[in-house]
Amino acid sequence: MTFDIFVILLAIPLVSGALLTVFGERDWAPHLNIIASGGTFIAAVWLTISIITDGPRFAFGEQFFIDSLNVFFVALTAFVGLTTSIFSGPYMKNEAAHGRLTIPRLRLYKSMYQLFMFTMLVALTTNNMGILWVAMEAATLTTVLLVSLYRTPASLEAAWKYFILCGVGIAQALFGTILLYFAAERILGESGNALLWTHLVNVKAFLEPNIMALAFIFLFVGYGTKVGLAPLHNWLPDAHAEGPTPVSAVLSGLLLNVALYAILRCKVLADGAIEGAFAGNLMMGFGLFTLLLAAFFLSRQRDVKRMFAYSSIEHMGLITFAFGMGGAVANFAGLLHMTMHSLTKSAIFFAVGHATQKTGTQMMDDIRGLIHVNPLIGWGLMLGTLAILGMPPFGVFASEFMILTHAMKHHPWATPFLLLALGVAFAAIFGKVQPMVFGETEAKRLPHAPAITPVFLHLAIVLMLGLYIPPYLTRWFQEAARMLG
Amino acid sequence: MSATIPLTAQLINLCASVILLLTFAMLAQRRVMQLINLFALQGFMLFLSTLVVAVTTGQSHLYWSAGLTLLLKALLLPWILNRLMHRLQIKGEVEALINIPTTMLVGIGLVIIAFNVALPISQLSHTITRGTLGIALAVVMLAFLMMITRRKAISQVVGFLSMENGLFLAATSATYGMPMVVELGIALDVLVGALILGVFFFQIRDQFDSLDIHHMERLKDN
Repeated sequence: MTFDIFVILLAIPLVSGALLTVFGERDWAPHLNIIASGGTFIAAVWLTISIITDGPRFAFGEQFFIDSLNVFFVALTAFVGLTTSIFSGPYMKNEAAHGRLTIPRLRLYKSMYQLFMFTMLVALTTNNMGILWVAMEAATLTTVLLVSLYRTPASLEAAWKYFILCGVGIAQALFGTILLYFAAERILGESGNALLWTHLVNVKAFLEPNIMALAFIFLFVGYGTKVGLAPLHNWLPDAHAEGPTPVSAVLSGLLLNVALYAILRCKVLADGAIEGAFAGNLMMGFGLFTLLLAAFFLSRQRDVKRMFAYSSIEHMGLITFAFGMGGAVANFAGLLHMTMHSLTKSAIFFAVGHATQKTGTQMMDDIRGLIHVNPLIGWGLMLGTLAILGMPPFGVFASEFMILTHAMKHHPWATPFLLLALGVAFAAIFGKVQPMVFGETEAKRLPHAPAITPVFLHLAIVLMLGLYIPPYLTRWFQEAARMLG
Repeated sequence: MSATIPLTAQLINLCASVILLLTFAMLAQRRVMQLINLFALQGFMLFLSTLVVAVTTGQSHLYWSAGLTLLLKALLLPWILNRLMHRLQIKGEVEALINIPTTMLVGIGLVIIAFNVALPISQLSHTITRGTLGIALAVVMLAFLMMITRRKAISQVVGFLSMENGLFLAATSATYGMPMVVELGIALDVLVGALILGVFFFQIRDQFDSLDIHHMERLKDN
């Protein structure tokens, strides 16, 4: 084939990342960032259409594999990547105008942003479990310097914690990958094929169960650190609170999803090799623990970005629990919830970013009356909060409802815990956001008008999906859910 | 017993044992400079053991990964760390460690755990190097212990890199190494990681005037 849309999908962020490294200080650099993200999104849509019509395909020999499961994540990643780049244009200009960022740091931000998108797209589309690891580690490396972009003591501490904790976590995942290769090599031989997922999935029933159990534990703990599963979640609130808001939005909305995707790929293999629901039980246990822990930490937060970071941990716990239950319905709900969470949480971070810029603080006690300062930001934050808390008619309600009813039917013991955690989270977040939006205030205007469109675009999609999921999307979700077993 | 084990396997076991010993030495080392030297030596022993496995088994890609190990872990990374030490002027600095004997005892406990975890795996393995899998896991765990007990940012990084060494040893001993493309990717990640950390050290030092991480314990929930 002379013209391959997949190559373009990977090439755009890589090339523009390199270009921005060199020319990132030019006036047109922010536009290039948005144009590149837009190009990536168009390529992702194109790829999605071709996968829906033509079915799964390989690229670069068998090194890359795109099916209905990962093309869905690719489309989501590219979309949130585009809206975040649009949001970050005026946001970063305001930061520079406030003197919090210098021009060289803006250049670093833009080039790393594109490279981060590249590593995530590689992680999502690779067929090689080893390359998956490499791309996940590279995604950490590209974001470490972004978390410390402000160079404040707190942001340096957050970045250091992020690097060390995720580094240790990802080292566990490497050991898991080695064990996986070891189990596979006994059946597939010493060729390079033994780490290719499509080959592994064909022989998964013959993989040595003991080794696969051990491998899955290491992979789950390793990638789970990046998902933010308790008790290895400590890096997440710090990194989200201290980094620039666009980085918080993509970390929360995208990176956590990609790490969870890695676990899902491993779970399919482990389920095939091990009798019973070993992997599922492990995921249910950790998911529920994470959900409960995060819900109770929510009420103790005073920093707004930190609070929404804990909310991300909470939702990741819920999604992990859903995938742990397994089966077509729960997997469908899990995938739906991942989509909803990505869109809603990044919308919230956009609104929060503008709100903190207006008030000059991230402390929730000092942010008051957003509705008077800028009605659009105020309503954006309020609606986003209602959406993430699972209020109907937003889409999060639909997916949470499915998870809850499925749990009632098949794992009734878990229901009280789920309801408790969701109730506590609701009380904590709503109680804090309400005065931020409706209280009295005296804030001033920003030098650059904020980008409100991404906030409402995301919320509109979440609202639409809550009321009506188009049939092709349902089919697509169902197909992906079936592949997860 | 020893008569039944071929010479090459004994050589490999010897190299692995030396690596384990070096890890213990790193755990006990107070001087940051010496720590880097020990790390370089560990990388060199890793190169030797990979080379012996390569010669014994005739796996051509193992020659490549041995070369890569020598270049990256025995020469380049220690050189980068050394330069950083000089640029940051933390030469000869002594680190206050909490009670070395206790750390060593905990380390011995970890080695026993590692051997027990690795036993069922190495029984299934058919490689000549299967005996060293326990050692590899022990190195990973000791490096982890080192990262927990150290207070200097630079020694945490050495701990991190030596954990990577342990994982590499695990890969060669369980499976004769991962596919080449994966190994190259991992090497690239480690190198980029070390470079980013170098940048990071300067940021930390500009901000805190020291590389002691106890300055960085302020972020907590409320």
